[in-house]
Amino acid sequence: MRTETEIGYNSKIEGDVVVTRVDAALNWFRKNSVWPMPMGLACCAIELMAVGASRFDISRFGSEVMRFSPRQADCMIVAGTVTYKMAMCVKRIYDQMPEPKWVIAMGACASTGGMYRSYAVLQGVDNIIPVDIYISGCPPRPEAVLDALMKLQAKISTQPILENLMAVKALQNH
Amino acid sequence: MSALESAQKIKAKFGDLISEPKEFRGEISVEVADAEQIAAVCEFAKRELGFNYLVDISSVDNYGEDPRWTVVYHLRDIVNVVEISIKTDLNEEKSDIPSVLPVWRTANWHEREIYDMMGIRFRGHPDLRRILMWEGYPYFPLRKDFPLAGKPSDLPGIAFTKPAPLEGGPFVTVAGGKDAISREPRIRNPEE
Repeated sequence: MRTETEIGYNSKIEGDVVVTRVDAALNWFRKNSVWPMPMGLACCAIELMAVGASRFDISRFGSEVMRFSPRQADCMIVAGTVTYKMAMCVKRIYDQMPEPKWVIAMGACASTGGMYRSYAVLQGVDNIIPVDIYISGCPPRPEAVLDALMKLQAKISTQPILENLMAVKALQNH
Repeated sequence: MSALESAQKIKAKFGDLISEPKEFRGEISVEVADAEQIAAVCEFAKRELGFNYLVDISSVDNYGEDPRWTVVYHLRDIVNVVEISIKTDLNEEKSDIPSVLPVWRTANWHEREIYDMMGIRFRGHPDLRRILMWEGYPYFPLRKDFPLAGKPSDLPGIAFTKPAPLEGGPFVTVAGGKDAISREPRIRNPEE
Protein backbone atom coordinates (compact mmCIF):
# COMPACT_ATOMS: atom_id res chain seq x y z
CA MET A 1 0.00 0.00 0.00
CA ARG A 2 1.42 3.20 -1.12
CA THR A 3 1.07 6.31 0.95
CA GLU A 4 1.72 9.70 -0.45
CA THR A 5 2.85 12.39 1.88
CA GLU A 6 2.74 15.90 0.59
CA ILE A 7 5.05 18.35 2.05
CA GLY A 8 3.63 21.75 2.78
CA TYR A 9 0.10 22.93 2.44
CA ASN A 10 -2.46 20.61 0.89
CA SER A 11 -5.18 22.71 -0.64
CA LYS A 12 -7.30 19.64 -1.45
CA ILE A 13 -7.59 18.92 2.24
CA GLU A 14 -7.18 22.21 3.93
CA GLY A 15 -8.97 24.48 1.46
CA ASP A 16 -7.76 27.38 -0.57
CA VAL A 17 -5.64 30.14 0.78
CA VAL A 18 -6.70 33.73 0.38
CA VAL A 19 -4.05 36.33 0.69
CA THR A 20 -5.30 39.69 1.87
CA ARG A 21 -4.49 42.68 3.99
CA VAL A 22 -5.64 42.92 7.60
CA ASP A 23 -7.48 46.10 6.71
CA ALA A 24 -9.43 44.39 3.98
CA ALA A 25 -10.21 41.38 6.15
CA LEU A 26 -11.46 43.52 9.04
CA ASN A 27 -13.54 45.61 6.69
CA TRP A 28 -14.95 42.46 5.16
CA PHE A 29 -16.05 41.28 8.59
CA ARG A 30 -17.52 44.65 9.39
CA LYS A 31 -19.40 45.25 6.21
CA ASN A 32 -21.14 41.90 6.34
CA SER A 33 -22.37 42.32 9.87
CA VAL A 34 -23.66 45.86 10.03
CA TRP A 35 -26.11 45.94 12.89
CA PRO A 36 -28.67 48.64 12.25
CA MET A 37 -30.21 50.88 14.85
CA PRO A 38 -33.71 51.49 13.45
CA MET A 39 -34.44 55.12 14.28
CA GLY A 40 -38.04 54.85 13.12
CA LEU A 41 -39.72 58.24 13.39
CA ALA A 42 -42.45 58.21 10.75
CA CYS A 43 -43.86 56.26 7.83
CA CYS A 44 -40.39 55.35 6.49
CA ALA A 45 -40.15 53.01 9.49
CA ILE A 46 -42.98 50.92 8.00
CA GLU A 47 -40.97 50.56 4.83
CA LEU A 48 -37.94 49.69 6.94
CA MET A 49 -39.95 46.87 8.49
CA ALA A 50 -40.62 45.58 4.98
CA VAL A 51 -36.86 45.58 4.35
CA GLY A 52 -36.45 43.38 7.39
CA ALA A 53 -39.27 41.02 6.43
CA SER A 54 -39.04 37.97 4.23
CA ARG A 55 -39.76 39.44 0.78
CA PHE A 56 -36.79 41.79 0.79
CA ASP A 57 -34.87 40.20 3.62
CA ILE A 58 -32.11 42.44 4.89
CA SER A 59 -30.39 39.37 6.36
CA ARG A 60 -29.04 38.60 2.89
CA PHE A 61 -26.64 41.44 3.67
CA GLY A 62 -25.90 40.40 7.22
CA SER A 63 -27.89 43.26 8.70
CA GLU A 64 -30.90 41.47 10.09
CA VAL A 65 -29.86 42.13 13.68
CA MET A 66 -31.89 45.26 14.35
CA ARG A 67 -30.69 46.51 17.70
CA PHE A 68 -32.96 48.82 19.62
CA SER A 69 -30.11 49.69 21.92
CA PRO A 70 -27.63 52.16 20.42
CA ARG A 71 -24.77 50.53 22.32
CA GLN A 72 -25.07 47.38 20.22
CA ALA A 73 -25.50 49.02 16.84
CA ASP A 74 -23.18 50.11 14.02
CA CYS A 75 -25.46 51.90 11.64
CA MET A 76 -28.27 54.27 12.52
CA ILE A 77 -31.03 54.25 9.90
CA VAL A 78 -32.90 57.49 10.43
CA ALA A 79 -36.27 56.56 8.98
CA GLY A 80 -38.68 59.44 9.06
CA THR A 81 -39.32 63.06 9.91
CA VAL A 82 -36.94 64.46 12.51
CA THR A 83 -38.80 67.12 14.46
CA TYR A 84 -36.92 69.66 16.52
CA LYS A 85 -38.46 68.07 19.59
CA MET A 86 -36.87 64.75 18.65
CA ALA A 87 -33.61 66.17 17.27
CA MET A 88 -31.65 66.14 20.52
CA CYS A 89 -32.85 62.61 21.30
CA VAL A 90 -31.57 61.42 17.90
CA LYS A 91 -28.25 63.12 18.56
CA ARG A 92 -27.98 61.60 22.03
CA ILE A 93 -28.71 58.13 20.70
CA TYR A 94 -26.13 58.63 17.95
CA ASP A 95 -23.57 59.71 20.54
CA GLN A 96 -24.22 56.53 22.53
CA MET A 97 -23.35 54.29 19.58
CA PRO A 98 -19.83 52.88 19.76
CA GLU A 99 -17.32 53.61 16.99
CA PRO A 100 -17.14 52.77 14.17
CA LYS A 101 -20.61 53.98 13.29
CA TRP A 102 -22.46 55.02 10.19
CA VAL A 103 -25.70 56.81 9.43
CA ILE A 104 -28.21 56.27 6.64
CA ALA A 105 -30.74 59.08 6.15
CA MET A 106 -33.75 57.23 4.81
CA GLY A 107 -36.22 59.23 2.74
CA ALA A 108 -36.85 62.84 1.91
CA CYS A 109 -37.65 63.98 5.46
CA ALA A 110 -34.53 62.63 7.11
CA SER A 111 -32.38 63.90 4.24
CA THR A 112 -33.74 67.44 3.83
CA GLY A 113 -36.90 67.90 5.87
CA GLY A 114 -38.85 66.79 2.81
CA MET A 115 -42.22 68.40 2.37
CA TYR A 116 -42.16 69.68 5.94
CA ARG A 117 -40.78 73.15 5.39
CA SER A 118 -42.08 74.35 8.71
CA TYR A 119 -41.23 75.59 12.16
CA ALA A 120 -41.44 72.14 13.70
CA VAL A 121 -39.15 70.03 11.52
CA LEU A 122 -35.38 69.82 11.37
CA GLN A 123 -34.36 70.45 7.75
CA GLY A 124 -32.27 67.32 7.33
CA VAL A 125 -30.71 65.13 9.99
CA ASP A 126 -27.26 66.08 8.67
CA ASN A 127 -27.69 69.30 10.64
CA ILE A 128 -26.94 67.36 13.82
CA ILE A 129 -25.18 64.12 12.90
CA PRO A 130 -22.88 63.11 10.00
CA VAL A 131 -24.73 61.17 7.33
CA ASP A 132 -23.01 58.58 5.12
CA ILE A 133 -25.78 57.61 2.72
CA TYR A 134 -28.90 59.51 1.69
CA ILE A 135 -31.88 57.64 0.23
CA SER A 136 -34.38 59.52 -1.92
CA GLY A 137 -38.05 58.65 -1.90
CA CYS A 138 -41.13 59.35 0.15
CA PRO A 139 -40.97 56.73 1.48
CA PRO A 140 -38.19 54.89 -0.39
CA ARG A 141 -38.85 51.44 -1.78
CA PRO A 142 -37.24 48.62 0.20
CA GLU A 143 -34.94 47.99 -2.77
CA ALA A 144 -33.63 51.52 -2.34
CA VAL A 145 -32.80 50.81 1.29
CA LEU A 146 -30.96 47.65 0.29
CA ASP A 147 -29.13 49.62 -2.38
CA ALA A 148 -28.09 52.12 0.27
CA LEU A 149 -26.89 49.27 2.45
CA MET A 150 -24.79 47.94 -0.43
CA LYS A 151 -23.35 51.41 -0.99
CA LEU A 152 -22.56 51.58 2.71
CA GLN A 153 -20.83 48.20 2.47
CA ALA A 154 -18.77 49.52 -0.42
CA LYS A 155 -17.84 52.51 1.67
CA ILE A 156 -16.93 50.40 4.71
CA SER A 157 -14.75 48.12 2.59
CA THR A 158 -12.49 51.04 1.69
CA GLN A 159 -11.96 52.38 5.19
CA PRO A 160 -8.30 52.31 6.26
CA ILE A 161 -8.69 50.86 9.76
CA LEU A 162 -5.13 49.77 10.27
CA GLU A 163 -3.62 52.99 9.04
CA ASN A 164 -5.87 54.85 11.43
CA LEU A 165 -4.84 52.58 14.29
CA MET A 166 -1.17 53.09 13.45
CA ALA A 167 -1.67 56.82 13.31
CA VAL A 168 -3.30 56.79 16.73
CA LYS A 169 -0.49 54.63 18.09
CA ALA A 170 2.12 56.96 16.64
CA LEU A 171 0.41 59.91 18.24
CA GLN A 172 0.33 58.15 21.61
CA ASN A 173 4.02 57.22 21.42
CA HIS A 174 4.87 60.71 20.37
CA MET B 1 -84.41 67.31 20.40
CA SER B 2 -82.87 68.90 17.33
CA ALA B 3 -79.82 71.11 17.36
CA LEU B 4 -81.94 74.22 16.77
CA GLU B 5 -84.20 73.38 19.72
CA SER B 6 -81.15 72.86 21.90
CA ALA B 7 -79.76 76.20 20.83
CA GLN B 8 -83.07 77.88 21.63
CA LYS B 9 -83.11 76.26 25.06
CA ILE B 10 -79.64 77.62 25.75
CA LYS B 11 -80.89 81.02 24.58
CA ALA B 12 -83.97 80.77 26.82
CA LYS B 13 -81.86 79.87 29.82
CA PHE B 14 -79.16 82.54 29.47
CA GLY B 15 -81.07 85.29 27.64
CA ASP B 16 -79.03 88.13 26.23
CA LEU B 17 -75.76 86.38 26.90
CA ILE B 18 -76.46 84.10 23.96
CA SER B 19 -76.84 85.21 20.35
CA GLU B 20 -79.59 84.01 18.02
CA PRO B 21 -78.75 80.50 16.74
CA LYS B 22 -77.01 80.63 13.37
CA GLU B 23 -77.30 77.92 10.79
CA PHE B 24 -74.57 77.27 8.26
CA ARG B 25 -74.87 74.24 5.96
CA GLY B 26 -77.14 72.48 8.38
CA GLU B 27 -74.96 73.10 11.42
CA ILE B 28 -76.17 75.20 14.32
CA SER B 29 -73.97 77.50 16.34
CA VAL B 30 -74.55 80.04 19.07
CA GLU B 31 -72.25 82.75 20.35
CA VAL B 32 -71.67 83.51 23.99
CA ALA B 33 -71.13 87.24 24.55
CA ASP B 34 -69.10 86.90 27.73
CA ALA B 35 -66.24 84.42 27.68
CA GLU B 36 -66.35 84.24 31.48
CA GLN B 37 -69.69 82.43 31.27
CA ILE B 38 -68.55 79.72 28.87
CA ALA B 39 -68.17 77.10 31.59
CA ALA B 40 -71.69 77.75 32.89
CA VAL B 41 -73.16 77.48 29.38
CA CYS B 42 -71.27 74.26 28.72
CA GLU B 43 -72.37 72.86 32.07
CA PHE B 44 -75.99 73.56 31.15
CA ALA B 45 -75.56 72.04 27.68
CA LYS B 46 -74.19 68.87 29.19
CA ARG B 47 -76.40 68.39 32.25
CA GLU B 48 -79.75 69.58 30.85
CA LEU B 49 -79.48 69.11 27.09
CA GLY B 50 -77.49 65.88 26.98
CA PHE B 51 -74.41 67.05 25.09
CA ASN B 52 -72.31 64.36 26.70
CA TYR B 53 -69.36 64.49 24.30
CA LEU B 54 -66.97 67.35 23.65
CA VAL B 55 -65.77 66.64 20.11
CA ASP B 56 -63.12 69.33 20.01
CA ILE B 57 -62.19 72.80 21.07
CA SER B 58 -60.74 74.95 18.34
CA SER B 59 -59.38 78.45 18.38
CA VAL B 60 -59.40 81.08 15.66
CA ASP B 61 -56.94 83.93 15.32
CA ASN B 62 -58.79 86.93 13.83
CA TYR B 63 -55.51 88.73 13.35
CA GLY B 64 -55.84 92.49 13.08
CA GLU B 65 -59.33 92.53 14.61
CA ASP B 66 -60.51 93.02 18.13
CA PRO B 67 -61.30 90.73 19.89
CA ARG B 68 -58.50 88.66 18.43
CA TRP B 69 -59.45 85.16 19.52
CA THR B 70 -62.52 83.05 18.91
CA VAL B 71 -62.77 79.81 20.86
CA VAL B 72 -65.17 77.25 19.41
CA TYR B 73 -66.56 74.32 21.40
CA HIS B 74 -67.92 71.48 19.27
CA LEU B 75 -70.50 69.50 21.24
CA ARG B 76 -72.24 66.26 20.43
CA ASP B 77 -75.08 64.31 21.97
CA ILE B 78 -74.00 60.75 21.31
CA VAL B 79 -77.38 59.20 22.16
CA ASN B 80 -79.55 61.34 19.86
CA VAL B 81 -76.76 62.28 17.45
CA VAL B 82 -77.16 66.02 17.71
CA GLU B 83 -74.31 68.44 17.14
CA ILE B 84 -73.96 72.06 18.09
CA SER B 85 -71.10 74.49 18.39
CA ILE B 86 -70.66 77.24 20.93
CA LYS B 87 -68.41 80.18 20.09
CA THR B 88 -67.01 82.89 22.26
CA ASP B 89 -64.71 85.83 21.59
CA LEU B 90 -61.74 86.77 23.69
CA ASN B 91 -59.49 89.79 23.45
CA GLU B 92 -55.74 89.55 23.26
CA GLU B 93 -54.91 91.47 26.43
CA LYS B 94 -56.86 88.96 28.47
CA SER B 95 -56.17 85.70 26.59
CA ASP B 96 -57.65 83.93 29.56
CA ILE B 97 -60.81 81.83 29.66
CA PRO B 98 -62.36 79.47 32.25
CA SER B 99 -61.53 75.81 31.70
CA VAL B 100 -64.39 73.45 30.86
CA LEU B 101 -62.47 70.58 32.40
CA PRO B 102 -65.01 70.18 35.25
CA VAL B 103 -67.69 69.60 32.58
CA TRP B 104 -65.89 67.28 30.19
CA ARG B 105 -62.64 65.72 31.30
CA THR B 106 -61.58 65.30 27.70
CA ALA B 107 -61.11 69.06 27.56
CA ASN B 108 -57.76 68.55 29.28
CA TRP B 109 -55.69 67.88 26.16
CA HIS B 110 -57.80 70.08 23.88
CA GLU B 111 -57.11 73.05 26.11
CA ARG B 112 -53.45 72.19 26.39
CA GLU B 113 -53.21 72.11 22.60
CA ILE B 114 -54.83 75.53 22.28
CA TYR B 115 -52.51 76.89 24.93
CA ASP B 116 -49.53 75.41 23.09
CA MET B 117 -50.45 76.59 19.60
CA MET B 118 -52.31 79.85 20.27
CA GLY B 119 -51.23 80.97 23.72
CA ILE B 120 -54.71 81.22 25.22
CA ARG B 121 -54.62 80.30 28.89
CA PHE B 122 -57.36 78.27 30.54
CA ARG B 123 -58.08 79.28 34.09
CA GLY B 124 -58.62 76.34 36.43
CA HIS B 125 -56.81 73.85 34.21
CA PRO B 126 -54.85 71.56 36.54
CA ASP B 127 -51.93 70.90 34.20
CA LEU B 128 -51.59 73.64 31.61
CA ARG B 129 -48.36 72.57 29.92
CA ARG B 130 -47.41 72.55 26.26
CA ILE B 131 -48.50 69.35 24.56
CA LEU B 132 -46.79 69.36 21.13
CA MET B 133 -43.89 71.77 21.45
CA TRP B 134 -41.48 71.46 24.34
CA GLU B 135 -41.54 73.34 27.62
CA GLY B 136 -39.58 76.55 27.19
CA TYR B 137 -40.32 77.09 23.50
CA PRO B 138 -40.90 80.85 23.39
CA TYR B 139 -43.52 81.18 20.61
CA PHE B 140 -47.08 80.14 19.81
CA PRO B 141 -46.82 78.74 16.29
CA LEU B 142 -50.44 78.81 15.10
CA ARG B 143 -50.81 82.55 15.56
CA LYS B 144 -51.19 84.43 12.30
CA ASP B 145 -48.17 86.63 13.04
CA PHE B 146 -45.91 83.58 13.41
CA PRO B 147 -44.22 82.70 10.10
CA LEU B 148 -44.62 79.19 8.74
CA ALA B 149 -40.85 78.95 8.43
CA GLY B 150 -40.52 79.39 12.17
CA LYS B 151 -38.22 81.55 14.28
CA PRO B 152 -34.85 80.71 15.77
CA SER B 153 -34.84 79.50 19.35
CA ASP B 154 -32.43 77.58 21.50
CA LEU B 155 -32.87 75.68 24.72
CA PRO B 156 -29.46 74.09 25.34
CA GLY B 157 -29.62 70.33 25.73
CA ILE B 158 -33.34 70.19 25.03
CA ALA B 159 -34.13 71.59 21.60
CA PHE B 160 -33.31 74.28 19.10
CA THR B 161 -35.11 75.63 16.06
CA LYS B 162 -33.98 77.37 12.92
CA PRO B 163 -36.15 79.00 10.25
CA ALA B 164 -36.91 76.60 7.41
CA PRO B 165 -36.07 77.68 3.85
CA LEU B 166 -39.44 78.25 2.20
CA GLU B 167 -38.33 79.87 -1.01
CA GLY B 168 -39.26 77.86 -4.08
CA GLY B 169 -41.21 75.12 -2.54
CA PRO B 170 -42.19 72.39 -2.31
CA PHE B 171 -45.70 73.70 -1.70
CA VAL B 172 -45.92 77.26 -2.95
CA THR B 173 -49.40 78.37 -3.91
CA VAL B 174 -50.15 81.28 -6.20
CA ALA B 175 -53.08 83.35 -5.01
CA GLY B 176 -55.33 84.59 -7.79
CA GLY B 177 -54.06 82.21 -10.46
CA LYS B 178 -56.37 81.88 -13.43
CA ASP B 179 -57.14 78.18 -12.99
CA ALA B 180 -56.64 75.35 -10.53
CA ILE B 181 -53.52 74.12 -12.30
CA SER B 182 -51.74 77.45 -11.99
CA ARG B 183 -52.84 77.83 -8.36
CA GLU B 184 -51.99 74.38 -7.10
CA PRO B 185 -49.18 74.02 -4.59
CA ARG B 186 -45.93 72.92 -6.19
CA ILE B 187 -42.24 73.73 -6.43
CA ARG B 188 -41.93 77.28 -7.72
CA ASN B 189 -38.71 79.16 -7.93
CA PRO B 190 -38.92 82.87 -7.09
CA GLU B 191 -37.81 84.06 -10.53
CA GLU B 192 -40.55 82.16 -12.35
